[in-house]
Amino acid sequence: MRAQRFQDALFHQLTRFFAFLVLAILVAILASLFYGALPALKEFGAGFPFSADWNPVLDKFGGLISVYGTLSTSLIALLVAVPVSFGIALFLTELCPPALRAPLGVAVELLAAVPSIIYGMWGLFVFAPLFADYIQPLLSGTLGQLPFVGVLFQGPQNGIGILSAGLILAVMVIPFIASVMRDVFEVVPGILKESAYGLGATTWEVVWNVVLPYTRVGVIGGVMLGLGRALGETMAVTFVIGNAHRISPSLYEAGNSIASTLANEFAEASSDLHVASLIALGLILFFVTFVVLAISKILLMRLQRSEGEKT
Amino acid sequence: MALETTALYRKRVRTNRLALVLSILAMVIGMGFLAWILAVLLYKGFGALSLTLFTASTPAPGSEGGLANAILGSAAMVGVATFIATPIGILAGVYLSEFGRRGWLAPTTRFINDILLSAPSIVIGVFIYAVYVAQVQHFSGWAGSLALALIAIPVVVRTTENMLNLVPASLREAASALGAPRWKVVLSVVLRAAKAGVLTGILLAIARVSGETAPLLFTALNNQFMSLDLNGPMANLPVVIFQYAMSPYENWNSLAWGGAIIITFGVLCLNILVRTLFRKKI
Amino acid sequence: MQSPTVTTRDMSFSQLRGEPAAVAAQGAEPKIKIRNLDFFYGSFQGLKHINLDIHEGMVTAFIGPSGCGKSTLLRTLNRMYDLYPGQRATGEILLNGRNVLDEGQDVNALRAKVGMVFQKPTPFPMSIYENIAFGVRLYESLSRADMDNRVEWALRKAALWDEVKGKLNQSGLSLSGGQQQRLCIARGVAVKPEVLLLDEPTSALDPISTAKVEELVHELKSEYTIAIVTHNMQQAARVSDYTAYMYLGELVEFGLTDEIFIKPKRKETEDYITGRFG
Repeated sequence: MRAQRFQDALFHQLTRFFAFLVLAILVAILASLFYGALPALKEFGAGFPFSADWNPVLDKFGGLISVYGTLSTSLIALLVAVPVSFGIALFLTELCPPALRAPLGVAVELLAAVPSIIYGMWGLFVFAPLFADYIQPLLSGTLGQLPFVGVLFQGPQNGIGILSAGLILAVMVIPFIASVMRDVFEVVPGILKESAYGLGATTWEVVWNVVLPYTRVGVIGGVMLGLGRALGETMAVTFVIGNAHRISPSLYEAGNSIASTLANEFAEASSDLHVASLIALGLILFFVTFVVLAISKILLMRLQRSEGEKT
Repeated sequence: MALETTALYRKRVRTNRLALVLSILAMVIGMGFLAWILAVLLYKGFGALSLTLFTASTPAPGSEGGLANAILGSAAMVGVATFIATPIGILAGVYLSEFGRRGWLAPTTRFINDILLSAPSIVIGVFIYAVYVAQVQHFSGWAGSLALALIAIPVVVRTTENMLNLVPASLREAASALGAPRWKVVLSVVLRAAKAGVLTGILLAIARVSGETAPLLFTALNNQFMSLDLNGPMANLPVVIFQYAMSPYENWNSLAWGGAIIITFGVLCLNILVRTLFRKKI
Repeated sequence: MQSPTVTTRDMSFSQLRGEPAAVAAQGAEPKIKIRNLDFFYGSFQGLKHINLDIHEGMVTAFIGPSGCGKSTLLRTLNRMYDLYPGQRATGEILLNGRNVLDEGQDVNALRAKVGMVFQKPTPFPMSIYENIAFGVRLYESLSRADMDNRVEWALRKAALWDEVKGKLNQSGLSLSGGQQQRLCIARGVAVKPEVLLLDEPTSALDPISTAKVEELVHELKSEYTIAIVTHNMQQAARVSDYTAYMYLGELVEFGLTDEIFIKPKRKETEDYITGRFG
């Protein structure tokens, strides 16, 4: 009997150790990134993320260009992906014939499973040339003529740059956001939707006025999840962002995101300070995505919990 | 006045119709991209598929060759990563589901695990570089395997916990009522009942890491030659695809498409297999 | 098997004693005439050959064991089943003489005329005020002042005004269960429907809230035609003028509530009402 109790305790502690290991991994990542970034942070100080210098020859480094590239591509991705994902989720939950619902849902999830390098290749070889030949001139001719925002859509029309990278990212995160949105839409009690239909509301009115407010927290959680993915995505961006260390007002210009900078330079970093600066960029990226993903997770948990209280 | 003819009502119906059309359009766009990407893959990839792809090693620019060393390297590293991640992931998942009712550790681990699930994989590469590659001063297959394992663990943890939660409590109670100790109940009853589900998690983890490129860029790096030495730089499909696709040489580009089709259909088949194996939501 | 359906207008009406409202209604055309209604969930027939009249300004109760089709019948009246592919109804449901089952019937317009309240309170995730205004805005463009008046009017109708007048901007979910259900009734009343369908409206409520809702039903019937599904026979006896007893998708007996409860004509009805069912 005592042996048995000992075995039980041992087993409990063993599994506990591995659960703890998962936490330890996170702490280790943060600690090692911080330690690795230390030389750069010492040299360039707290201004590192805000300096646009990036010169391996002179050993001068600052993160602004990459931070800007990461934020601008992710923002473009969300601007495009959120409405499209909403449309897909609306279709799958309210419009889709039941026979197609499961296969189309699976198709969306499969889209999320395609390795990101494939999106990158497709972006470089297929999307970029078409984008340069047809879409970029069109945008320059229309949006490019507007005051203030026009400058965003002027510049070299070669299909490579911040805008292209953002759009490829959008294609990549749509399945993530769409499947979360579909899942949270399905949480809405049928009786609540029926109440709105019972007043004579149209499908759109039910979704916009009842389903969306009811699931608001979860929808934002899904968008944040997509943002987290977009911020950290490497391959889809690296292929088409153009790998240039500069910031320009035009979205047609080449740039670099944190992830693409790491992918392009890390293995061939010339000096210790260069490596440390790259690790510092990694630290910034990890920290930002961590915060974004944590918020997403908290919001999604809150929706689940309020669901649990009601039933 | 009949309701159907008021201006307000007509406007509502129009708005609704517009919204629904846009929704269908969104779905068509989403599916269109999937179809487009797969079609491009098939078109460009099939031309590149051949027997030498699987028998010859990566060539110099302009000469004939295949991807055999990259395929072998990928298989080796994914295999090692799975081997490392499976026990860790399953045991951590067991803790979350079987012992995680009380205390701070389980909710915290669950939370962190779900964040790691979506954490940028390139940072995992940087981490392994800092703690391993930089210490031993050379790129290696082990380093690549470790990076992949770190990405696989959260996937295994999440699915294991979900699947164990699906096992009815009555089964645990029945086993305990026979006097079986807790560890035996978990290992020989609960885990066995959830066998298919746990396997699903492992397959999903394999699917997830097979296509990962970013964490291998500065851990395993690449190797032009056939090598099974995990202690040296190792060729692998994703990095070869990346380098060959970005190169100006046409035969390298074509090999990249060949690799892309192998990876994509491998990953998609695994995902479909998982779905047919286990029809429950994961 | 052909159903042993009893149609409404048999001689029992001529024996009416001291029920003036019912007498008055007898001469008038029924608000809703249901004729040969069949309903299918896929291949399963949920309603069999229903014939029934619902009278204006009256409360008609539907009783019967679970699964007898009483809720299904209610849900055909505003075509709620349209939301679910595979469900269909055949026959006729004449509202003001027009068949609502017609292909050409606009369901949104129908639902403006036929409001519904559900088993559980279903306040929308918005303020108390917006819960009421939402439905009204679907059909009318009112000024702010008119809308305020309408909201107050509806809340008074639902005997809720005094309890919520100071907190109209709070979420509808902040109310108690009974208040939420009256909010839903107010929401239904606010669009000024002609018919109000109540699908077990008190099944999730405590006895005090139930009493309030029942009182409300009594108040509202002077202006609305009400159909109520209930699993509670005392409730049917208390609130309704007519009662329909249903079993296995068939209408077993239909008539004045007093008669159904005191002197049912069919043995099955009597067994159910006296609790000897099954």
